[in-house]
Amino acid sequence: MPRVAICLAAVVSIVATASSAQTLNAVKTRGVLNCGANGELAGFGMPDAQGRWTGFDVDYCRAIAAAIFNDPNKVKFTKLTATDRFTALQSGEVDVLVRNTTWTSSRDTTQGLNFTGVNYYDHQAIMVRKSLQVKSVLELNDASVCVQQGTTTEKNLADYFRARKMKLKTVTFRGADEAIKAYDSKRCDAFTTDASGIRSEMRKLVNPDEHVVLDDVVSKEPLGPVVRQGDDQWFDIVKWVHFAMLIAEEYGVTKANVDEMRKSDLPEVRRLLGTEDNVGEGLGLTSDWAYRIIKHVGNYGEVFERNIGQGSPLKLPRGFNALWNKGGLQYAPPIR
Amino acid sequence: MDAAQSRPAVSLLRNPKTRSVVYQIALCALVGYLAYLAISNAAENLARAHIAFGREGFRFWDQTAGFDISQTLIDYSMKSSYGRAFWVGLLNTLLVAGLGIVFATILGFAIGIARLSRNWLVARLAGLYVETIRNIPLLLQLLFWYNAVLKALPEQLADSIHVPGGGYLNRRGLFLPQPVFGEGIGAAVLAFVLGLAAAVALRVWAKRRQERTGVRPPIVGAILALVIVPPLIMLAASGFPISFSFPQPGRFNIQGGIEVLPEFMALLFGLVIYTAAFIAEVVRAGLAAVSRGQVEAAHSLGLRHWPTLRLVVIPQAMRVIIPPLTSQYLNLTKNSSLAVAIGYPDLVQVFAGTVLNQTGQAVEVITLTMAVYLTISLFTSLLMNVYNRRVALVER
Repeated sequence: MPRVAICLAAVVSIVATASSAQTLNAVKTRGVLNCGANGELAGFGMPDAQGRWTGFDVDYCRAIAAAIFNDPNKVKFTKLTATDRFTALQSGEVDVLVRNTTWTSSRDTTQGLNFTGVNYYDHQAIMVRKSLQVKSVLELNDASVCVQQGTTTEKNLADYFRARKMKLKTVTFRGADEAIKAYDSKRCDAFTTDASGIRSEMRKLVNPDEHVVLDDVVSKEPLGPVVRQGDDQWFDIVKWVHFAMLIAEEYGVTKANVDEMRKSDLPEVRRLLGTEDNVGEGLGLTSDWAYRIIKHVGNYGEVFERNIGQGSPLKLPRGFNALWNKGGLQYAPPIR
Repeated sequence: MDAAQSRPAVSLLRNPKTRSVVYQIALCALVGYLAYLAISNAAENLARAHIAFGREGFRFWDQTAGFDISQTLIDYSMKSSYGRAFWVGLLNTLLVAGLGIVFATILGFAIGIARLSRNWLVARLAGLYVETIRNIPLLLQLLFWYNAVLKALPEQLADSIHVPGGGYLNRRGLFLPQPVFGEGIGAAVLAFVLGLAAAVALRVWAKRRQERTGVRPPIVGAILALVIVPPLIMLAASGFPISFSFPQPGRFNIQGGIEVLPEFMALLFGLVIYTAAFIAEVVRAGLAAVSRGQVEAAHSLGLRHWPTLRLVVIPQAMRVIIPPLTSQYLNLTKNSSLAVAIGYPDLVQVFAGTVLNQTGQAVEVITLTMAVYLTISLFTSLLMNVYNRRVALVER
């Protein structure tokens, strides 16, 4: 009987610790941030030839790790499919999900998730073969479309065709790789996903030049990091990591000049880099949390250009993702 | 003094009977407590994350699904509910599993018998088949068949292979004429059912008569006549009310007719080929389990080769074959969930995939999916057990 009692006690204590842990404390004790990432989308999240994770979303995970540990490498990346990602976050397998995930009302409310902001304003687009000589999605009545499962894309596509009383043949695959392969082997007339994703997936095609992305905007796709509901402190941290990177770009604080900028007299920059006030304290972090992000990872513009912008093979334009004072939508609240 | 009192008193703690009862109660309590713990822990965590649980968690059932499914056996559109999507997925699973079981059984029996053939080449080829197929993971085989099916078929609509009778075959699938039934078809179906019932009755009568007199009445012609002639008469009377809707090439796809997806073909092909290899081994083991003496005894009674096989060997072999064959059927059904890898919309792909993802009700969706597979498996086992009882050794 004592054995049974010990066993019971063990079970109870495991259950108890699992449910009461605060995310930041758990991450600190663990010494590493568990981050849910894509793993198949070049530019946003994919391990390179050396097995080192790189990408726009990946750098957000590194920025969070830098803010907490002053070390951008204290991240354990978990490759998640579109279908598995929310379950992995809900069950606590990952602390944060930065995987080109679209912010929608149902995900934000009934699925127990919180979106911390929009790190990339995207839209859904459709790619076809040039040889089809199609100019607009409106000409695609009764076409077969290859799509990845578990994305907003599936429903958006159906909505778009339904609203225009057009017929649709969807062929749904579990992974993005399988979907693009099926499209490439001419199982489908068209392939759809987020516009940024198409640019990246296109590079996997045998002859990318034979394909064209149609101009039609199928839907709005605001992509952003996601955390679990019920931990406001952690929500604030992930949210302000993004804002800190935006503010840094706005005031010209870069990876290269961040040490120099610490001597700046600008109040906003001083508060950002922790030389005045202690914003980090409110977040449960140190005063130089934002300095660490810029020092190790860079500001928003640097992260954008390096991974998906002009410094990358994708060469995506800033577009909506330019700062608010440059005609874009990226806008951070003041740091004070 | 009676016997019970004369035994030395054993303390209650050391009494084996009390002990076993106490252990059983403790185990029950433990299992119950763990189950309670798991459920309440899940409920608590879900409540904290503001995710609906239990009955509330199934509220999505009647909401609009809003996504498209490539193969639907019942009416389904993007406006249908999640509940409808569940049934579509379930029927797709049952379709591929049901057809898979039939074809795998036929192929498996053929190869199992071929492996015991006295023809050296046939036996070795069957052996090669079994050893190759059994030892390659099913998922790889499915991906291979999917790509093989796709690559082998013509990619351009204009190059489609014409199937005799007005069908098309290309990389988008197999398109066949769809029969459209008009008025008067009901009478023909009724005539067919009645004819079938009469044929069964005739067969029973013939069997009884054979048991009584030892002479088997010739009934094959009569049975065929009973099943075929009445429906034909009814059809002729109503002027053959069957027409066909022929598939037509459209701008992108073939339209109309019955559509067989390449994903379905690849999945069915893969499952049949894979499971047949296992069934072949089961059949071989079953046939090998019937001792040589049985065959020799039958021959010595004057039975020829085929009657020996049919009346002596196979009935005895079936007793050995049925239980492991049931396992193979269950495996095939469960393996059909690998459909997700090649884009066939089965239950797991539609319900545990898209529906789960759009609603976020992981616990409810996965529980229901597991319950469905459990039900299908238990039902298959039940049928096979009933059959097994019929062929099992009757001891007198």
